[in-house]
Amino acid sequence: MDLRTIVQLVIIGFTFFMLINASALLVLAERKVMGFMQQRYGPYLVGPHGVLQPLADIVKLLFKEELRPKGADKWLFTLAPLLSVTAAFAAFATVPWGAETTFFGLLDKPVGLGIADVNVGLLVVFAVTSMGVYGIVLAGWASNSKYSLFGGLRASAQMISYELSYATSLAAVIMLAGSLSVREIVDTQAGTWLGFIPKWYIFLQPVGFIIYVIAGVAETNRAPFDFPEAEQELVAGYNTEYSSVRFALFPQAEYINMATMSAVATDLYLGGWHGPFLPPEYGWIWFLAKVGFILFTYIWMRWTVPRYRYDQLMQFGWKWLFPASVINLIVTAALVLYLNA
Amino acid sequence: MPETLVFYAFSALAIGASTLVIGQRNPMYSVVLLIASFGALSGLYVLLDAPFVAIAQIIIYAGAIMVLFLFVVMLLNAPREDAADYDRSHPLAHPGIGRFGALLATLLIVQLAWALTKVSELKAPVGSRSDGATVSSVLEMGRVLFTRHTFAFEATSVLILVAMVGAVVLARREVSE
Repeated sequence: MDLRTIVQLVIIGFTFFMLINASALLVLAERKVMGFMQQRYGPYLVGPHGVLQPLADIVKLLFKEELRPKGADKWLFTLAPLLSVTAAFAAFATVPWGAETTFFGLLDKPVGLGIADVNVGLLVVFAVTSMGVYGIVLAGWASNSKYSLFGGLRASAQMISYELSYATSLAAVIMLAGSLSVREIVDTQAGTWLGFIPKWYIFLQPVGFIIYVIAGVAETNRAPFDFPEAEQELVAGYNTEYSSVRFALFPQAEYINMATMSAVATDLYLGGWHGPFLPPEYGWIWFLAKVGFILFTYIWMRWTVPRYRYDQLMQFGWKWLFPASVINLIVTAALVLYLNA
Repeated sequence: MPETLVFYAFSALAIGASTLVIGQRNPMYSVVLLIASFGALSGLYVLLDAPFVAIAQIIIYAGAIMVLFLFVVMLLNAPREDAADYDRSHPLAHPGIGRFGALLATLLIVQLAWALTKVSELKAPVGSRSDGATVSSVLEMGRVLFTRHTFAFEATSVLILVAMVGAVVLARREVSE
């Protein structure tokens, strides 16, 4: 194996490792932020200020008894969480997180920070993310329990409805950049207008960004759109009957999906690793900062906004969000044609 | 050749999964196996140097249409199929339907056999057809789709629109006065 292959394998391993850590970190961040917002400390006992709490949670979940209801479907009950978490990890495969670098002269030709860079990268992210719904739906069905089934049904209806607006808002960015490769889309956002406004697509696509974020929250089943696991109505929704490791995989998939959503939003709308003050080799610090901010907004939103009603969710998705995204797409297309002509 | 190995792995998965779709009795398993089969097909498209077609396969078939299938099977809570106790009064269980199906299957086999004898004429790699219709580039594909095949494209979209309106009309419940 040559050096380049080894470096690329290390990057892949590192990305995977960071995604696993992201889910642990997000659990802690969520509880800490929630505590702050409710004027209390949150987890405080394990380690200084409770920072080792995720570790304790993981050990606890690993050693719990694994239960499977008698009426559950043996195969699909096991397959569902695996599908969920596989789709979540795989979706990150074409999301780059740093500029091309030679690692301070280690390599002759620069290598991009990120797992794979394919020319239909953005579509790959979209396709794999849309596979995630199977995990939830199958979990709901295989549990053979009414709460789980309703959670699964809600998940599929919700994800089908919001996928449309999600994809349509992405299409507007694709037209602006003229490419489907995420790395190329990021690189078209380098530089500034008038010397101080960064050339990020959020300034060209403010409506698209808002639509993307709303649809993204619904896609990841987070509050205020967390109907598949609305605890007041459904106990815990699609994962009611799950326990131990099988249960742990669902929240893990959810947190990784959140990280992917934020990373895609950063790459597409916030200029990825481009930013002032830092040399391009340290662009990943900007990337992490932007992703971190979006993730914080996610958590902030969860503990601020109450849950919608289910019919409101559908009304909003089909009657407001989807038309808005289509109009946004048409206006963008017309402007791109007009300005390029 | 690793590519050949990957090709055989995907082919085996596609054929195995498709066989099991009709070979076993739980409709839920059929849906899941069909998704696996679509995934394997998409892998084959990648090997044919057509990444866009591969992703379209996943987004449209595995992502959108199969969710709908799953939804329907779940909502109807379709029972396991058993060979012996089908309802003979139901029109779909009529032997005539079975004969029609057998005819279609025979036609398919004849067509496949005919296509396989033509394989030697299709030796040119898919990405490099002489008429310039490459499938590896999204740009080229869009251009061909909206210039040479505009009519077919627009006709298909009208067909889909009609189907959609038809589905809404059929599914619409009359509001009682």
